[in-house]
Amino acid sequence: MQCEQVHEALPEIVDGGQHADATIVDHVQGCLRCQAELVQYRKLLKALHSLRTEVLEPAPGTLTGILAHLEAAGERGAIRSLLHGRKAAYVGGIAVATAAAGAGAIVLLGRGKRRVKVA
Amino acid sequence: MPTDLADLVAAAMDGDRAAFEELVKATYADAYTLAYRLTGNEEDARDVVQDAYLRAYKGLKNFRGDASFSTWMYRITANAASTYLAKRTKFRHEDIDDEATTSIADDRPEVDPEQRADAAAERTRLNEALQALPPDMRAVVVLRDVYDLPHEAIAAELGITEGAAKVRLHRARRKLRERLFPLRIEAKDAAGEGEESRHAV
Repeated sequence: MQCEQVHEALPEIVDGGQHADATIVDHVQGCLRCQAELVQYRKLLKALHSLRTEVLEPAPGTLTGILAHLEAAGERGAIRSLLHGRKAAYVGGIAVATAAAGAGAIVLLGRGKRRVKVA
Repeated sequence: MPTDLADLVAAAMDGDRAAFEELVKATYADAYTLAYRLTGNEEDARDVVQDAYLRAYKGLKNFRGDASFSTWMYRITANAASTYLAKRTKFRHEDIDDEATTSIADDRPEVDPEQRADAAAERTRLNEALQALPPDMRAVVVLRDVYDLPHEAIAAELGITEGAAKVRLHRARRKLRERLFPLRIEAKDAAGEGEESRHAV
C-alpha cells in the first residue's frame, strides 16, 4: 500500500460513510504523513459542519420579495381558474345551444313529414 | 394562528395562506443562507429562495412530514439553485465581500476575543474556499458536509446519479483540504513551484 493510494481513498472514508479497507487502516497506523492528512480531513469536516449553525442575514427586501412572489403567483392562479371557469361556461353554453338547435331541427323535421303525409 | 412549526405546516396544508406566510417568516433566513452558499451572491440567492418558496407552496400537499419542514425546504432550495445555475450560461465566481464574511463570525460575548477573531478568520477562509470551488462541486459538499443531506437526496435534487454525487464530494473535499489545510510537504512543493517559476521568468 502506497501513500498515494491512501491519499485517493481518504476523502471517501474520512466521515465513516465508506468502510475503510484493512490495508488502508494498517498503512495509516504506520505512516505519519497519512496520519497528518487524515487529521487535516477531520479538521475540514468539523469546520464545514460548524457552518450549519450559522445563519446569514438575508439581503434587504428578501422576505418582501418572497411574499410578493407568492402573492403574484396566487393572483395568477386565481385569474387562471377564473378564465378556466368562464371557458367551461362558454363551452357549456355552446353545448346547450347546439343541443337546443338539434332538438328544434328534429321537431321541425317531424312536423314537415306529418304535413307531407296529410297532403 | 398557530406558532409551532408543525402546527403551521398542518394549517398551511389545510389551505391557510396566512400560516404559510408565517412558515416563510420562520424559515426564510435558513433557506436564504443555503441559497447564498450554493450561488455565491445575494441577488441569485434572493431569486432562488423566491422560487423555492413558490415551489414549496405549490407542492405542500406532497410534504409527507417524514422529514422536518426545514430539511424539506433545503431539498427544494437545492433543486431550485441547481435549476437556476443550470439556466445561466456563465457562472459568476465573485469573491464574497467583507460584509458577508463578517456576518457569519461567531460574536457571542462569552467567547474570548482572540478566539473569536481566529474563528472568524477560519470561517472567512472556509467560505472563500467554498466559493472558489466549481458550482457543481460546491453544491454537493455544502449539502452533504454542512447540511448533512443523504447522498440519495443530493443526487435526486441535483439530477445526477448517486455515484456522480459521491465522486464530486470526494473531489471537493480534496480541493478544500489542500487549500485550507495543506500538509507541510504540499506547502513546500507549492513554494518550490513558485521558486521554479520565478527562475523560469
